[in-house]
Amino acid sequence: MSFFDVLGISGSGMNAQMIRMNTVSSNLANVGVTASSEEEAYKAKRPVFRTVYDHANDSYRAGVTVDSIASNSKPNDKRYEPDNPMADENGFIYVSNVNSIEEMVDMTIASRAYQSNVEAINTAKRLVLQTLRLGQ
Amino acid sequence: MPLLQNPFGVHERALQLRDMRSTMIAANMANSDTPNYKARDINFRDIMQSAGPAGTMTVTDNMHMDTSFGAAGGNVMYRIPTSPSLDGNTVEMDLEQNHYTDNALRTQATLTFLNSKIKGIKSALRGE
Repeated sequence: MSFFDVLGISGSGMNAQMIRMNTVSSNLANVGVTASSEEEAYKAKRPVFRTVYDHANDSYRAGVTVDSIASNSKPNDKRYEPDNPMADENGFIYVSNVNSIEEMVDMTIASRAYQSNVEAINTAKRLVLQTLRLGQ
Repeated sequence: MPLLQNPFGVHERALQLRDMRSTMIAANMANSDTPNYKARDINFRDIMQSAGPAGTMTVTDNMHMDTSFGAAGGNVMYRIPTSPSLDGNTVEMDLEQNHYTDNALRTQATLTFLNSKIKGIKSALRGE
């Protein structure tokens, strides 16, 4: 019964989207966080998804996994604030490069994708139960 | 007696195919944000009309190619996207949801047919 496979595949999708939600919340929590150097400053994180095939010869079962977490390469904003205790020797502080609008959009997409996976599981569950009750 | 020789007719195979198709569409939905993932589906009618399991070649050696459904080089096709995205992903969520629901409804229809067949056989056996 490959209806059971739906549970595994959609489960992997839910897991991946959950990790995405987690990175979104880390990013949102770090909006406007400052640091004393470009290297230390927070860079927005984003997961990169990858397809996992069940085994090589069998191409129709394809789950998803998080391949890596990529950091946004956009340069951090530099602000001149000599009074700030975090300022470097030239009086600059470095702000995290999180764009909260992008994060909100990403969060919406992630939650929609999560919902679709849950819906797929619910439907598959209903069909499995109906198949089990066949002939009763 | 044809009813008892092959009681379920095409529905047995139809249910198998529906089952596999649902897995495939669930995989598309799970990979809706995977870069370079290509959405896949099957042509249900073509596979139903082909000879089915009897028409596929038997695999008896590791070097043999599996030609059955779902195997590499089998009946799997790629969807042509209506609005391709920049990351090379061709999954269109609304389309996939539509296909998934369609597939689920048709599975339900098949299950209903099977159920009434079983009920028919049962009442024929009881002779009540």
